[in-house]
Amino acid sequence: MHFFGRTPDTLWTLIAAPAIWAIHFLASYVAAAYACAPNADIFRDIGGVRVFIGIATVVSLVLIALFFYRAWRDWRRRTTGGDRGTRQDQEGFLEFATMLLASLSFLGVLLDATPALFIVDCR
Amino acid sequence: MMNREEGATGLDQNDPEVRRGQEERLRKAWAAPAGWRYLSSVNNTEVGLWYVGTAMIFMLFAGVLALGMRVQLAVPENDFLSADLYSQFFTMHGTVMMFLFAIPIFESLSLILLPQLLGSRELPFPRVTAFAFWCFFVGGVFVCGSIFFGAGPKGGWFMYPPLTTQERFTPGYGPDIWLLGLSFIEIAALVAAVELIVGTLKCRAPGMRLNLMPLYAWYVLVVAGMILFAFPPLIAGDILFELERLFGWPFFDPSRGGDPILWQHLFWIFGHPEVYVIFLPAIALLAMVVPTFARRPIVGYSWVVLAAVGTGFISFGLWVHHMYTTGLPAISLGFFTAASEVVAIPTGVQIFVFLATCLAGRVIYSVPMLFAAGALAIFVIGGLTGVMVAMAPFDWQAHDSYFVVAHLHYVLIGGMLFPVVAGIHYYWPMIFGKTLSARAGWYAFWPMFIGFNIAFFPMHFSGLMGMPRRVWTYPEEMGVALPNLISTIGAFIFAAGFLIFVLDAVRPRKNQPYEKRNPWNAGTLEWLAEMPGEAWGVRSVPIIETRYPLWQQPNFIKDVSAGRFYLPDAEEGRRETIITSVLAAEPECVVRVPGPSHVPLVAAVLSGLVFIFATFHWWLLTGATAIAAGAVIIFWLWRGTAEIPEKPTKDVGLGLTLPLYRSGPASVGWWAMFITMFGDLTAFLSFLFGYYYFFTLHADFPPPGTEGPGVFWPSVAAGLFVATWLAVELSKRTNRSGRVTAARLLMAMAAVGALAAAGALLWGPHATGLDPVAHVYPATVWVIVIWVALHAAIGCVMLLYCLARSLAGRMTPDHDKDISNVTLYWHFTGLQALLAVATVSLFPLAV
Repeated sequence: MHFFGRTPDTLWTLIAAPAIWAIHFLASYVAAAYACAPNADIFRDIGGVRVFIGIATVVSLVLIALFFYRAWRDWRRRTTGGDRGTRQDQEGFLEFATMLLASLSFLGVLLDATPALFIVDCR
Repeated sequence: MMNREEGATGLDQNDPEVRRGQEERLRKAWAAPAGWRYLSSVNNTEVGLWYVGTAMIFMLFAGVLALGMRVQLAVPENDFLSADLYSQFFTMHGTVMMFLFAIPIFESLSLILLPQLLGSRELPFPRVTAFAFWCFFVGGVFVCGSIFFGAGPKGGWFMYPPLTTQERFTPGYGPDIWLLGLSFIEIAALVAAVELIVGTLKCRAPGMRLNLMPLYAWYVLVVAGMILFAFPPLIAGDILFELERLFGWPFFDPSRGGDPILWQHLFWIFGHPEVYVIFLPAIALLAMVVPTFARRPIVGYSWVVLAAVGTGFISFGLWVHHMYTTGLPAISLGFFTAASEVVAIPTGVQIFVFLATCLAGRVIYSVPMLFAAGALAIFVIGGLTGVMVAMAPFDWQAHDSYFVVAHLHYVLIGGMLFPVVAGIHYYWPMIFGKTLSARAGWYAFWPMFIGFNIAFFPMHFSGLMGMPRRVWTYPEEMGVALPNLISTIGAFIFAAGFLIFVLDAVRPRKNQPYEKRNPWNAGTLEWLAEMPGEAWGVRSVPIIETRYPLWQQPNFIKDVSAGRFYLPDAEEGRRETIITSVLAAEPECVVRVPGPSHVPLVAAVLSGLVFIFATFHWWLLTGATAIAAGAVIIFWLWRGTAEIPEKPTKDVGLGLTLPLYRSGPASVGWWAMFITMFGDLTAFLSFLFGYYYFFTLHADFPPPGTEGPGVFWPSVAAGLFVATWLAVELSKRTNRSGRVTAARLLMAMAAVGALAAAGALLWGPHATGLDPVAHVYPATVWVIVIWVALHAAIGCVMLLYCLARSLAGRMTPDHDKDISNVTLYWHFTGLQALLAVATVSLFPLAV
């Protein structure tokens, strides 16, 4: 349904940010595990993986920020509280919940990237 | 607003005669079978109760085992239990509490509560619910019973290989009973999860948009989704494990290229989300209890949804924190430490939401509130020690010590058992029409709360002093005798408190009068329940406009009870409920849910026997029962599903007419297939994970000189799979367009194609002589192709079933649920086939 030129929200837009977190997490873990396998040479340098994780982190953070912005842009102009049975309320609720989840996911991606900042080899 | 004076047939709902007639018809349609046919009941009100009751009995059993362990550990070098029996005790205690209590109690409570919470008459698949219960019952009795024959599993609740895979370490059937019994129960749990997801998404009362859903339903949605992604890896792991035990396929045997750590990965990919699968529903109960007794709507509804969804996701990024001591690189540990700290945020949010709700409202004392407060106090301590053990350096010190035992019991008893007791106290009148005794609740709470802390707090210290988990005794010189004795005393105080609760629950209450309706003055829909209750769920299916309709919608109870909303009647004597859309809950159709039947019971017993016979290697009986179980299930589907209604539409009242038959995404069956296949795909991806795991970590995967299954036969199989897949899709379309003969021909061709595809896929590794016992590489290839071939064979049976339905006139161009759902099945099977072929034939051998 089209209304006020705003973008409709669904369960998929709600879980987009944490899904990005999940992909970032999995990619970082697999990349590092692959680079260090079979865990025999513990002083092997993992510079390439760290750069990869750095890039993945920036991309993920930008994507999550976009989802946050998309929700916030619509939500800030709302006057409804989100707790009544109208289409407006449903949208407002989904937007606000999306903002919260995006914030959590943003923080999650940042924290999950920190090991790559400090750890330089396969020890 | 609509005129609520008129009922479905334009009758005057104010006329008591009209209402009496409607109520009689509804009562007759929803009546539970009496006498010896009682066990054929499938209604959520009966099955849910059996489910809860059985889970509680298993819980008491596991509790007695725990007391046995505490007696053994009370003094140093005790001989109350032998080492062997002690191992069985702790294995069964953990296993039963996790698999036979914690998960089933959530699913069973949800089965009872969900239809009421959503303003629905019933969940969409009552017979499936009954099937899940009977599977759980059969599997649970089998697993628990083993200990009475001294044959119980004794490898700990996570069954690490090689201790449990090799006969020389663990002789006997113990691990097989664990693996097969629990796989069976896991399947039952998955089945119930599918039911709960479809119920939450499609059975909400009209108008109950996502933002109005009771918080409990949000949690059910998240948790059932987690079960869907968490259980299949364990089932996949169980399959690998059992193939190693039964046939010597060396998945976890390092001497033939296997890797025991793979089991730990698969187990904990299940095992950590599992902790939240247990914890979140308990928090959900608190989210219903706290607003009622704070006398106001919850503060921060969206924040709770954030917490539920956020925890659901992040809980899948924690599994390695159970494996910090397996020698993974520090950077891997770092990722999981970070995620383990992040998950504390949404967890904390929920606790602050409850505190804020209490502060903003006017809290009144009640037993559920008492248990809720106790739960929060205990859980916070467990959460804090969780943040400690989430850090790898601390965990290396505390790993496998009693510190971890203390931590997990603080989390599970605070985060699960206390909220469940609060929930049972709270919902008792909704189910039985009478309250539990407030005095007994008080007398149960304090020994439980104090006893729990006396029992488990000292374990932090005995753990730090060096007491390892899972030892049957300890020497005096270790200096842990005193904390152990204190723990034992505390455990008995705790058990005494719980016993008071149980005695209060089971005592006869003939003379106690029924409560008035909505005895706690709650605001949510489940308190529409009449006292004593009626089996029909809601008298009429209401229109929802607020989060707390009983508080916020005027005249609500009166209008619902007078039948002034949808479906106030059962004109055709059928059990009916309304299906609505996922986001906005707009009415889509009326679904007729099936009534009592013995078929689910028979199907579950037969399926259970398949697993039991396999445990003891009675292969002929296993095969025969498997065929019988399959036949019963097909009979069940044939008689009870996709029924063509006698008229296309039905007037449901308030001027609304809805179709009685919809196929595709508007039907609940399509959703159930979609969700089931997602779980199925997860299991398949777990096998692929195993394949790539071996490839990444082991230089001899595949062993030098192996040519694998080749490229030719797998390519033929891929071609046949694609052709079959296309034929299935085409048959659906031609059938829908009315060319029935062409559709039937395509179904028959696709059925043959499916078998040919399976044959070609299996022929590859056979023709190249891959021996699954020799090395883990051929074993993994075989497991992947067999999995897909099995799917093709089942897909073939489905196509033949559709063909027979079409020939029998039970499937027509306008009524095509069967082929529509089978097509969906084939989308997933086709995808798996292509992934399987790409993996085993191309990667890593051909690229």
